[in-house]
Amino acid sequence: MSYSEKVIDHYNNPRNVGSMDKNNSDVGTGLVGAPECGDVMKLQIKVNPETNVIEDAKFKTFGCGSAIASSSLATEWVKGKTIDEALAIKNTEIVKELALPPVKIHCSVLAEDAIRAAIGDWKKKQDATKPATVQAAQ
Amino acid sequence: MSTLKTATPSTETHGQHPNPKGIKLPIYMDNHATTPMDPRVLEEMLPYFMEKFGNAASRNHPFGWAAEEAVELSRERIAKLIGANPKEIIFTSGATESDNLAIKGVAEMYREKGNHIITAVTEHKAVLDTCKHLEKFGFRVTYLPVQKNGLIDLDDLKRAMDDKTILVTIMAANNEIGVLQPIAEIGKLCHERGVIFHTDAVQAIGKVPVDVNKMNIDVASITGHKLYGPKGAGALYVRRKNPRVQVVPLIDGGGHERGMRSGTLNVPGIAGLGKACALAQEEMPQESVKLAALRDRLKDSIMSRLDEVYINGSMEHRLPGNLNISFAYVEGESLLMGINDIAVSSGSACTSATLEPSYVLKALGTGDDLAHSSIRFGIGRFNTEAEVDYVADRVVETVVRLRELSPLYEMAKEGVDLKSVKWAAEAH
Repeated sequence: MSYSEKVIDHYNNPRNVGSMDKNNSDVGTGLVGAPECGDVMKLQIKVNPETNVIEDAKFKTFGCGSAIASSSLATEWVKGKTIDEALAIKNTEIVKELALPPVKIHCSVLAEDAIRAAIGDWKKKQDATKPATVQAAQ
Repeated sequence: MSTLKTATPSTETHGQHPNPKGIKLPIYMDNHATTPMDPRVLEEMLPYFMEKFGNAASRNHPFGWAAEEAVELSRERIAKLIGANPKEIIFTSGATESDNLAIKGVAEMYREKGNHIITAVTEHKAVLDTCKHLEKFGFRVTYLPVQKNGLIDLDDLKRAMDDKTILVTIMAANNEIGVLQPIAEIGKLCHERGVIFHTDAVQAIGKVPVDVNKMNIDVASITGHKLYGPKGAGALYVRRKNPRVQVVPLIDGGGHERGMRSGTLNVPGIAGLGKACALAQEEMPQESVKLAALRDRLKDSIMSRLDEVYINGSMEHRLPGNLNISFAYVEGESLLMGINDIAVSSGSACTSATLEPSYVLKALGTGDDLAHSSIRFGIGRFNTEAEVDYVADRVVETVVRLRELSPLYEMAKEGVDLKSVKWAAEAH
């Protein structure tokens, strides 16, 4: 397996590695994949509640170089985007950007899943807090 | 190696790593895949490409005689290494052909006696797929499980044998985890019951003592390129007495090799295989001690600096140059990428074509997660202490870096039981 320069770059210098407090109401956490499949991605976003803009993103990935690169790239891409813009990111764009071979397409699919899972988690938190806010206002 | 993924060493990245004195990068430490050729073997082969080009089957002129002489010398050298008679050595193209000839050849020859074959789940694909092929033609195959240490249980073997059993085929040393099966005991059980015993001995011969008589081996596969000889040259030992074993040929033709393997002999390759066996015989006592010391140095250096590192397979019954380790929370292929100035193999196959990790490791009961985290180191004749130290340092620093990147490591450190997590494996 030969890797593209971009995959190697992300592997050697992964962007936005780290973790945020998953209990923070502005943070959405996506954990996708499974250890027995050889890939697990954790992608976290921090969303500005006023603007719905993703202000920060962090990841940690257990997986091959392409999986690490896909999730590293995903954090770069979601940063500065609104939730809706981030949801529009397609795995095929990741494949293209990283020049992933066919056997590594599943890594990009997982990265897209991770973005969606993180956003889904954030949305769930917003929905859970909203009725409470409304009640408090009444 | 069917399930092992091999790293492609390259110099594209990690230019930041200083190249210590006396080390030439990339380092080759994948000696179970193939061994580099010993220069003394090449020297032995060279005359048979040009000046001694004759056909070993040409009986009427000196060109043929010179070739035949080389072939017969090789036969003697191979036979001597395994305690056989030169007449019991049949030349083939390598291990896969030898395994095919042994298993299919015995199966067809003894079909009237029975149709049951016994093998083990950790065998090489050359054996497993050959057995699977025979199942389509009315043969019954028992695939013995292995214990946690990678060895078969002799009681399982005894229980599996019945009056239809004609062949037991169990490898001498495993290509992934290097464990040595109890060949002598297996041979004894087979001979007590009049069952033919074949062993794929390609990883063992030249590394550990193999004696066909002391171990009651009837048929044994040998190849050149696992013992510093050439690729494309192999042999099959076929016992001539007590009992006399016959195999039906796979290849029909000119009746070469006592009719068991037709085809003009690969004289340079055969000369090289013989020389490789002679060198192995001479040097095995010292070499096995040296390799075991290097292997233990690598193991100790890695294990003293990293936690949650697991050795796959028995350390006691093991090839001297083999080390197969799982690094928990780190995926094997990404580890290979990090140590890409070192040629080793991983038991992980993270491709959509084969998501399955090593079937050998799975057979030991290793979880898929740890099987994905495994690296096979194969230390050989030309590796040095300085190389071992460099490899250990690179492995340790890469595992540390990848664990920092690993959500699993983080979760484990937080006390999360990874087995209890409900994983959402969307992509698979």
